[in-house]
Amino acid sequence: MRAVISVIGKDKKGIIAKVSNCLYGVNANIEDISQTIMGELFTMIMMVDLKESSADISQLNDLLQQIALEMKVEIRVRNEEIFTIMHKI
Amino acid sequence: MINVNEILQTIEMVKSQHLDIRTVTMGISLFDSISDNPKKTAQKVYDKVVSSAGKLKETAEVLSARYGLPIVNKRVSVTPVSLVGASSGGYVPIANALDRAAKEIGIDFIGGYTALVQKGMTEYERALIMSLPEVLSTTDRVCASVNIGSTKAGINMDAVALMGEIILKISEATRDRNSVGCTKLVVFANAVEDNPFMAGAFNGCGENDRVINVGISGPGVIKSALEEVRGADFSAVAETIKKTAFKITRAGQLIAMEAVKMLGAHFGIVDLSLAPTPKRGDSVARILEEMGLEVVGAHGTTAALALLNDAVKKGGVMATSYAGGLSGAFIPVSEDEGMIEAVNCGALSLEKLEAMTAVCSVGLDMIAVSGDTPASTLAAIIADEAAIGVVNNKTTAVRIIPVAGKTEGFVEYGGLFGTAPIMKTSPFSSADFIKRGGRIPAPIHSNKN
Repeated sequence: MRAVISVIGKDKKGIIAKVSNCLYGVNANIEDISQTIMGELFTMIMMVDLKESSADISQLNDLLQQIALEMKVEIRVRNEEIFTIMHKI
Repeated sequence: MINVNEILQTIEMVKSQHLDIRTVTMGISLFDSISDNPKKTAQKVYDKVVSSAGKLKETAEVLSARYGLPIVNKRVSVTPVSLVGASSGGYVPIANALDRAAKEIGIDFIGGYTALVQKGMTEYERALIMSLPEVLSTTDRVCASVNIGSTKAGINMDAVALMGEIILKISEATRDRNSVGCTKLVVFANAVEDNPFMAGAFNGCGENDRVINVGISGPGVIKSALEEVRGADFSAVAETIKKTAFKITRAGQLIAMEAVKMLGAHFGIVDLSLAPTPKRGDSVARILEEMGLEVVGAHGTTAALALLNDAVKKGGVMATSYAGGLSGAFIPVSEDEGMIEAVNCGALSLEKLEAMTAVCSVGLDMIAVSGDTPASTLAAIIADEAAIGVVNNKTTAVRIIPVAGKTEGFVEYGGLFGTAPIMKTSPFSSADFIKRGGRIPAPIHSNKN
């Protein structure tokens, strides 16, 4: 299963490193990364494959929320399906 | 492969435009709870609701986390209780059982304390209606509805007259809480059997047992999309609304499918209604204003609402296999900050709202009026709304709150119910009209066979 991780907040050093490190720790594969500015906020989108991951989406969410708290950013992880179903006929 | 812009669009819809699933409602059949003893019926009703929907709240929470989409309400609708208690009697104990069950499983509301009397009222249906003041003043989560007319049957004016009196009694019974009991009662014409929205939800007689109906939302999303086509002509407006409604509805369809799987339930419908909340940026009124009206209620409002309602349906039906329920824009006054402001500045009257209900779902919703409004005036308001529904082959409803002890100003209900400005009704009497009783015949176009 694939998940989309979004990180929204003020740009800070180390956000990508921390999130990537966390994903590496649970053997999740990063397939794509992009960064953009939404409003005035730094926004990072990661497409992640959880097929071989030791964590499911809710466990991964728990881990990411620790980083969110520490870095004072908003991190959300969502099942990819919500995006596909909303934007593709 | 989805692209980043699409991902960002969805994230923004949730983050700043209040996209959410308004309700996941499980319809439960209570026909197997019928018995010849009131205590036994109440116990069976409690057991059935708790065993069927015990995991509803938890399931909605799991889905909400998985897809990052808030699910605001978890609700249950049941078979019209007038039928369930017909053989045993004891409606109040059944209502108490429903209230206890709702609290036990942690849902917001339970609907279906309902009587369908569009053509005639049996003694047991009358008994349920007479119990409404007690039930709606002593329970917290039970929602009630009464269907008093249909295109096929006409309008039961005896029931209409009775509902005027009952609404005043409910108002009086909850006087200490701004007559809040009236917010939990909907008087319908052409009530639908698969409505997921409260207070009017019930699980119709033709419905399955354990059926999931999902109500979507997202006025803020439509409003934001329309900001992109400011000044463009109406074909652009309709196209934009359609495309946006498609996306919103797909989210509802996904949640419904997954909830069905997790709960081992049946798929009912996705209701394509735009339901506002009192939060800023979650208003249907603001969509109409975005189309170019200075304030909602100005001339042109009915046309704007007709376009909105139609475009939402056209986008929505493409996105779900089973559209149903009420499916249209809601215009509850107290639950929409734009509507409240329009009433305050004198732009929106009861008469204009009545016209608007001819082109949208559902009717005069969450309207506070003076506590000294006569029962016959309330009944006449219901009759007018029913006539619009019956003649136009659509659902209409009245959820009106004569606020006991108040004649003007505001009433604060809090939460989703919001703030209700007390609106003016006509000072002229409808008493002799309502006194006639009997039934207004079904319109000629009901004879389609």
